[in-house]
Amino acid sequence: MKVHKHDAIIIGAGGAGLMAALYASKGGADVAVVSKLYPTRSHTGTAQGGIGAALGNLDEDKPIYHTYDTVKGGDYLTDQAAAKILAENAVDAVIELEHMGLPFDRTSAKRISQRRFGGHTRNFGEELVRRACHAADRTGHMILQTLYQQCIKNEVSFFDEFQVVDMIVVDGVCAGVVAIELGSGEFHIFHGKASFFATGGWGRCWSVTSNAHSLTGDGAAIALRRGLPLEDMEFFQFHPTGIYRMGILITEGVRGEGGVLINSQGERFMERYAPSAKDLASRDVVSRAIYLETRAGRSIKNRGYVHLDVRPGTVNRYFAEEGRDRGDFIDDATIERKLPDILDFCRTYLGVDPVHEPMPVQPTAHYAMGGIPTNVDAEVVIDAAGAIMPGAYAAGETACVSVHGANRLGTNSLVDLVVFGRRGGMKVAEYVKGADWVALPGDAGNEIRAEFDRIRGGSGASRPGELRQLMQQTMMENVGVFRSEETLQQGIDDLAELRDRFHKDLQIDDKSRVFNTDLMEAWELGCLLDLADVTARAAFERKESRGAHSREDFKARDDENWMAHSLVSMSGEMSAPHFELNFDRKVDLSLWEEEIAQGLPEDQQKFRPIERVY
Amino acid sequence: MDVTFKIRRQNPELPGKEKPYWQEFVLQDVDPTDRVLEMLHRIKWEQDGSLSLRRSCAHGICGSDAMRINGVNRLACKILVRDLGERIQVEPILGMPVIKDLIVDMEPFFDHYRQVMPFFVNDDPLPADGRERLQTQADRELFDDSTKCILCACCTTSCPSFWANGHYVGPAAIVQAHRFIFDTRDQAGKERLDILSEPNGVWRCRTIFNCTPACPREIEVTKAIGEVKLAIRKGKTVGIVQPNVAH
Repeated sequence: MKVHKHDAIIIGAGGAGLMAALYASKGGADVAVVSKLYPTRSHTGTAQGGIGAALGNLDEDKPIYHTYDTVKGGDYLTDQAAAKILAENAVDAVIELEHMGLPFDRTSAKRISQRRFGGHTRNFGEELVRRACHAADRTGHMILQTLYQQCIKNEVSFFDEFQVVDMIVVDGVCAGVVAIELGSGEFHIFHGKASFFATGGWGRCWSVTSNAHSLTGDGAAIALRRGLPLEDMEFFQFHPTGIYRMGILITEGVRGEGGVLINSQGERFMERYAPSAKDLASRDVVSRAIYLETRAGRSIKNRGYVHLDVRPGTVNRYFAEEGRDRGDFIDDATIERKLPDILDFCRTYLGVDPVHEPMPVQPTAHYAMGGIPTNVDAEVVIDAAGAIMPGAYAAGETACVSVHGANRLGTNSLVDLVVFGRRGGMKVAEYVKGADWVALPGDAGNEIRAEFDRIRGGSGASRPGELRQLMQQTMMENVGVFRSEETLQQGIDDLAELRDRFHKDLQIDDKSRVFNTDLMEAWELGCLLDLADVTARAAFERKESRGAHSREDFKARDDENWMAHSLVSMSGEMSAPHFELNFDRKVDLSLWEEEIAQGLPEDQQKFRPIERVY
Repeated sequence: MDVTFKIRRQNPELPGKEKPYWQEFVLQDVDPTDRVLEMLHRIKWEQDGSLSLRRSCAHGICGSDAMRINGVNRLACKILVRDLGERIQVEPILGMPVIKDLIVDMEPFFDHYRQVMPFFVNDDPLPADGRERLQTQADRELFDDSTKCILCACCTTSCPSFWANGHYVGPAAIVQAHRFIFDTRDQAGKERLDILSEPNGVWRCRTIFNCTPACPREIEVTKAIGEVKLAIRKGKTVGIVQPNVAH
């Protein structure tokens, strides 16, 4: 196997990976970015509405308000000190992106323009605030492009279309990763002092998802298979507005610009579920409301979808009712200018023109709050006490800091990428200066190569496509927006059967080496099966409802017993592994504890976990 | 409806299949609103796992699945069956070496991209207040269209000038340069215009216009190239792009 040696190996070239690469490289590290896609294909590029930062360019705003919203949005499972870092660093990170040339839209004062987004408020929930910094409705695209451009400028080394399939751990230290060069099928070893996982999420576990086909959770699955725990896997966000049946995302920015959700009775039903924030309540709240409307027989044509209406007539009527300034009113041109991609999606895929017709939307599997546990410097954490694995780092969706808690706020994924990608990159630069090289074991890469030989040799009767579809169906039905012991047990049983077929009855058509996408898709399916399994198991064990995890049999949040993160780990044979689950990692409530120490009376404590009301 | 797909295939490792050949697949129960990408997936997942293609986001943003579909460059995820009919022909984009089936070697394309200094340059001290640089929305609009580019290569590989000479930087690289040349905050416009004045720069463009309809992002590619040509001829970047154009 060919061996490449670099101080830092960054795995994944989305926002978190590129940010880490840039800052590690600026800090003097020799960096290699290893990515299964060309960097500009990464899923960060599909983020639409904006990146939250308390710049205060249009409304009064402070990082502490953003911190509060993040903690509340996460249904108080968010680690409070981490959320504070997120909100404070967001301001600098966004300004730096502008300095790198990111073409944000501008205010009349020539500053970065900002828009409203779900759950983002001023003065601890007082009113919605314009905080999401945007570049039309392609903010993620502009972030990805800008970071890639800057990496080219800084001459970062890229290994494009190299898919990482294993990590090398020597005596508890991460010594690098194993990758397949897709164009040749050859295995390569990347020997590094630091290995940084930025491989994104695993929305492809579900049948209706906004996620790219490539979002198969490779990094998280690799970590799990190497004995590392994963944190808070039961929390997976369903975004309320995916295009009906396809799942393609319609940004919350549509509602930020005044769009409203309407049921089959023509009612703006969010007024009942969230009297204050209404359509801009947090995503878990809105997704549940759509499901409940459907159950009550009020979805459009009874088909499980509702309408998202951003027609100027509708928007302005509600603006008038709310007493909004006439200057806020919108016209056709406003929508064309602010939401061009959304209009394009609807016109292309649905033949629906949102300027003249409402859009059919349903909740779509969107974002993993959980993942590889890390501290606020992107160092991988391996136990409830916070011990780290030297040399291992993670950031972005694949990581769990945890700043999103039980439910992520809109725009905070982009904030997470840049803030923790940047902090992690800086930390890596510092670490590699002092760390020694860990010698590679003689058999490095052999185990995973044998696993690929097994998959490639598959001559059973189960096609990967069929298994994937069955997994996605059971996850959608049983481990979706609403769960119960019964559905979760069904999910776990189904997944066990699929796992068995995957390991004993797989069929692969393509036996070649060059660009064997049949083989790679099969391996990715294995990753998805592992992640689906731990998601269902963690959801089964958490006997409360919190944020995105809604148990029909335990409807209330239970702070007494469940104010803790789950940690799940896997061991034994991959065809029938053993799982261990604990809830020993307590939620960091330090901001609340400071308020108590200051002697603030209860009604003035902003970070005290209380019932979420929007 | 039933749809017949005729796909251009090639596998360097299989004896007898190293050279390109056509293969037909018939799909039943196709919905007219299905995307071509979904149908290629059905072929791959239900009939022949060895069919090889690139894809990722499946909604026209990542730029992975540019293909020549019924003779026109498109993203497979952004064209629906109803717009193509019951016989759909799919082949790799032209002008790049084919590696396997619908997968081409993209390295030459990204090489051209890197040649035009596709990154923001401004060496002035940062604003003393620690905040963003200032720019009017009108100035921001001047290069809005070219910021949409997703580097899918649909434009470059539809260009006869590129087919004739693979050293021509091609429309996509020029669009990427345009994004910076007309950004009022950027300072390397002159260097980029110098690069594009060279023999394999903008003057290889013969204004054939294939690139504009090929763009899945509806960028006015030919117009952007024209603006770069004008900037070179006039030796300036200010006053070239007319404000308030439709995009």
